Amino acid sequence: MTAKIKVENLTKVFNGNYKTVLKRLQKGESKEQILKETGITVGLNNVSFEVQEGEIFVIMGLSGSGKSTLLRCLNLLNVPSAGSIFVDGSNIVKYTKKELKEFRQTKVGMVFQHFGLFTHRTVLKNVEYGLEIRGVPKEERTEIAKKTLAAVGLEGWEEHFPSQLSGGMCQRVGLARALANDPDILLMDEPFSALDPLIRREMQLELLDIHARLKKTIVFITHDVNEAFKLGDRVAVMKDGVIEQIGTPEEILANPANDYIAEFVQDVDKTKVLQAKNIMFKPGALVSIKDGPKVAIREMRDAGISSVFVVDNERRLQGLVTIDDALKALQERRELQDILIKDYYTTGPETSIEELLPLASTTKYPLAVVDDNNKLLGIIVRVSVLSALINGQTEKEE
Amino acid sequence: MLHNCSNHLNIMQAFPELISFKLGVYVEKFVEWLLANFMGFFDALNRVIRWFLLNTEAFLQWLPWWVLVLVVFLLGWRYKKLSAGILYAFFLSLIGVFGLWELTMTTLAIVLTSVIISLLVGIPVGILMSYQAKVEVVIKPILDGMQTMPSFVYLIPAMMFFGLGMVPAVFATVIYSLPPVIRLTNLGIQNVSKEMVEAAYSFGSSTWQTLLKVQLPQALPTIMTGINQTTMMALSMVVISSMIGVQGLGYEVLSGISRIEIARAFDAGLSIVILAIIIDRISQGIADKYRISE
Repeated sequence: MTAKIKVENLTKVFNGNYKTVLKRLQKGESKEQILKETGITVGLNNVSFEVQEGEIFVIMGLSGSGKSTLLRCLNLLNVPSAGSIFVDGSNIVKYTKKELKEFRQTKVGMVFQHFGLFTHRTVLKNVEYGLEIRGVPKEERTEIAKKTLAAVGLEGWEEHFPSQLSGGMCQRVGLARALANDPDILLMDEPFSALDPLIRREMQLELLDIHARLKKTIVFITHDVNEAFKLGDRVAVMKDGVIEQIGTPEEILANPANDYIAEFVQDVDKTKVLQAKNIMFKPGALVSIKDGPKVAIREMRDAGISSVFVVDNERRLQGLVTIDDALKALQERRELQDILIKDYYTTGPETSIEELLPLASTTKYPLAVVDDNNKLLGIIVRVSVLSALINGQTEKEE
Repeated sequence: MLHNCSNHLNIMQAFPELISFKLGVYVEKFVEWLLANFMGFFDALNRVIRWFLLNTEAFLQWLPWWVLVLVVFLLGWRYKKLSAGILYAFFLSLIGVFGLWELTMTTLAIVLTSVIISLLVGIPVGILMSYQAKVEVVIKPILDGMQTMPSFVYLIPAMMFFGLGMVPAVFATVIYSLPPVIRLTNLGIQNVSKEMVEAAYSFGSSTWQTLLKVQLPQALPTIMTGINQTTMMALSMVVISSMIGVQGLGYEVLSGISRIEIARAFDAGLSIVILAIIIDRISQGIADKYRISE
């Protein structure tokens, strides 16, 4: 993977000259203090990050954190006061007017919070807009627009006006309008936050689906932690014009960089973010299929547990042995092979806790986490699932 | 001591005569200077406006009365409702019944010419204002002045520039009726949702494309209201401009008053009201249609 977008030391101030606040920023004066003393609003302060090709990069923060300002810098709707933005290696901040127009027409599409649809144009004419600006012939752009509308499930609505559509449908039009230009990069400014929860969830899934099909690089803004963690391959948390932390949802949940982020992610729905691999641990005891019941009993006794997983020499899961069966087998001089139990649950490493929860609460044995080759990666006990829900800290350290 | 004191009181009561400055004198000088140096320009302007005016008037006079009545009926029907169309057509016929048809056409020609000039000037100025905050700061007080300055004050210079007759009347009418279309064009464009404009730019639209494809269509209902207001104000100048010898309904009212012929003044006055109502309702109807289809 290569960096599609590379942002370096980006700073944006409003209502004034950048140079007058530069020293203050370097001294580390707070945003409020600068605003009070100079009347200059610091939107972004020395922001750097990279977005990989084909990635969904979520920028999350409360209102006023600078996330929308940052997004608008990526297509120069906001002109940065300082810093560079490289897209495919060329610095868009240095673009001439003509280059910028071409960049906006071909490389980047934007979806807005309140849709930003042209209310005097029909749905079809809205979707055609970008192509019209590019000078695509009428028949061709109508055809593309119709196809794109069909792709977002709005076939048959071409001749309606945006005012006749529901919010969810309006945002589909917004999405189609951005996609019609076939840009590499989609900028999405809180696109789903004006929608009701049910429609929002539907749209989130649809976005993931579109992303899987079209492989666009997406920069997505939200103030909703759950949305950020659900959609984002990586998430940047912003506060007061500064990026506080960048990482995968799991990384941020497991190791919040500071108290602010810890608080921010406190009310995240962990069941959807945390996966089996985040809460599983290495089994304290493991028995090889070649060992006898005696070894199994000793392993269980040492670890203080009443059942143990049995693997072959390549660590492939063979079954489970309970202490009762092992004792019986020892007396009857039988092999481990004969007393293996198979009625435990196995799961993949990427299964979310939400799905593990019902399994964990019904089985009396630990859950086995295995990969595609049935190799045992770790185990999950009921207590680790439940405690993960309570404090969000993974049980890895155990 | 006593003397001094009363002097003080005088200064407090009446504005001190020492501080006296007559701005008007300089304005007069400026007008004279314009006349001396730019007569050619005013002559050319005069000829263009007169040409347009006379042709419009000739066209309206040529138009059979029933065609105009029919047009008014159809417009009323289309943009309001059937009964409104019938009512407007009936009112318009009343003017003919009063025997004032020809005078009304003259008045209408002046109003139409004034409105067209106002739009040609006003809409671009309004657009410029909405784009440039500095232009707005300069133009707003000028607009206030245009609307509140008694019209006789610029009727006289208008006469000096264009002589007697219809052209100075058009000039004065334009000055009086220009502000609403400027203000409402400015307002309409500024009120276009910020996101919509951002969306236009995000697709790589140029400033022109954004203006023509997004801002103007979005501002159209508001601009239509401005056009309606401008037309109404142009109509209300008709009587005043008759004072510099313009023929038409206004002149009829004026001479009716000066000869104390109440009947004559009333018929002409009522005709102006009828014209105003018809133009207002139809243009408002058109503006509303744009608003609804939004």
